[in-house]
Amino acid sequence: MDVVISGLLLGGAYALVAMGLNLQYGVARIMNLANGEILILGGLAAFWAFVSFGLSPLLTLVIVAPLAFIGSWAMYKLLLRPLVRRAKTRGQLEVDSILATFGISFFLVGVMVSLRAEYFTYSFLATPVHLLGTTVAANRLVAALIAAAIGGALYLWLNRSRPGMAVRAVAVSPEAAGLVGINVDRVSAFAFALGGAVTALGGCLISTFVTLDASSGVLFTMKALIIVIMGGVGDIRGAIIAALILGLVETAVASIIDPGLTLVAAYAIFLAVLLFRPQGLFGQGNA
Amino acid sequence: MPDILRGGAILLAVLAVAALPLLADGYWLSIAVTIMMYTALSTSWALFSGPTHYIALSTGAFYGIGGYLVATGMSDFGTSFWTMMAIAPFVAALLAGAIGIATLRLSGVYFVIFTLGLAEMIRNLVSWVQNNFLGSKGLYVLTELEERHIYWMLLAVTLAVFLFGWRLGRSRMGFALRILGNDEEVARHVGIDTARTKVLLFMTTGFFAALVGAIVAPRYYYIEPNVVFSPELSFLVVIMALLGGTRRLYGPLLGVIPFTLLWEVVSASFPSATTMVLGLAFLLIVYLIPDGVTGLIGKLRKRSVP
Repeated sequence: MDVVISGLLLGGAYALVAMGLNLQYGVARIMNLANGEILILGGLAAFWAFVSFGLSPLLTLVIVAPLAFIGSWAMYKLLLRPLVRRAKTRGQLEVDSILATFGISFFLVGVMVSLRAEYFTYSFLATPVHLLGTTVAANRLVAALIAAAIGGALYLWLNRSRPGMAVRAVAVSPEAAGLVGINVDRVSAFAFALGGAVTALGGCLISTFVTLDASSGVLFTMKALIIVIMGGVGDIRGAIIAALILGLVETAVASIIDPGLTLVAAYAIFLAVLLFRPQGLFGQGNA
Repeated sequence: MPDILRGGAILLAVLAVAALPLLADGYWLSIAVTIMMYTALSTSWALFSGPTHYIALSTGAFYGIGGYLVATGMSDFGTSFWTMMAIAPFVAALLAGAIGIATLRLSGVYFVIFTLGLAEMIRNLVSWVQNNFLGSKGLYVLTELEERHIYWMLLAVTLAVFLFGWRLGRSRMGFALRILGNDEEVARHVGIDTARTKVLLFMTTGFFAALVGAIVAPRYYYIEPNVVFSPELSFLVVIMALLGGTRRLYGPLLGVIPFTLLWEVVSASFPSATTMVLGLAFLLIVYLIPDGVTGLIGKLRKRSVP
């Protein structure tokens, strides 16, 4: 039961991060390998605000979201759109955006190392809470609840509102979306920025219960990518379920076998997905 | 006639390079070893990733397998350096084949992601096995080999990679690879088994990377999984190959030499700035020299000869 509860709570935070990546890859068609670093930046902001000003990470969320939105928007407009324009084929764009976002990712790690080379350690809401016969830390519970609230709001917005519909239309087909009068360029930039903001929020929340450091971003990038692929690119519902599965399996492996093997577990899942369901859990088409 | 001249020039150049340890030692020899190592790694990387556009980040994983197998073979099982050096490349090639079969049928992104965490994943797995089943933590690679022997062995591997690349360019498979790189759809329609071609070529990069890792292992003396399974190495190889350009066989060499020297300076004088330099190098390549130095030279030549 311990494993199930803490696995689900961890999966909740992963789901939020994967949602952010999904918006960037599914809509703006940019495989953003700097995603994990945006997450760590969110965590660094939460740590810094807490240690320097005693600001609760829950308040930092409100500040981080618009900043990450603007930052990601600028990143898309200044660095990634020129690549979209230059690319002759989808394959060329893929290679260019992978290399460029690697560059951005390393650059951001470099910046963060110079800001703070040690772990971002702080203690927020580290009090035990009894839940369904087991004990969890309050920060994990709060993080998962907020992640669920943000994710739920995003889901409703995407599925119930007109702008949300435009985003989904671009995800399905940029060409057709352009034909029905959607400004594909603007929607892509918006989706990329929104994805960045959601990821940074995930980082704030995760930093309350996982000790991050400047270079741990790539692990989160890996996990988010595995979740997005397992759930099916562009499929929010699939991503949530995939995130919960990954959270559960990781927690199970860490507590039953060895905490050093969580990445190995993630890879085992990844391999199974690639071999048996490369189109994602609920996908029907071919990958 | 010019063919003979060309052959003679290449032979002379090789002899000159092989004579280097007689002239240099200490610091400069160790730089030469590093350059030779990255030349072998980047050139063999470019043979696969150049035409296929699949960015392989697995070099560190295969290199680590080479180094680690040598170390564990010598420390835990008492086998000789030479036996392990002969076995390691085949183990890595088999692993590369398995990874290739699982990922290379799908879009390039999946492959990149899979190779991105590979070195780290294998490192975790190996450390776990080491700590729980093999017991000994420190692995020693003690051989009679000196720096110059390692240099000569790496030179031999580099020559083998070049020879392989040259033969490949003239073979049916090389032709298939060029078609595949331009348009996979077309390649499939003219009857090329695209998946098989990609997997086979990916296996050769795994083979050479593990061979290099095994040869270089005696340089470390004491091996820990953290040391040899280095994700950084994978990125360095990618940067050097792309900086030089992947369209010509000698392209990566033109990236390896300047970048190794730059990297030496940066890691010696500004160790905290290495990650940022990696990032800037990637951005520089993507935005300013997407075809590498060789592409740049080609462009300048075209402009000067109207």
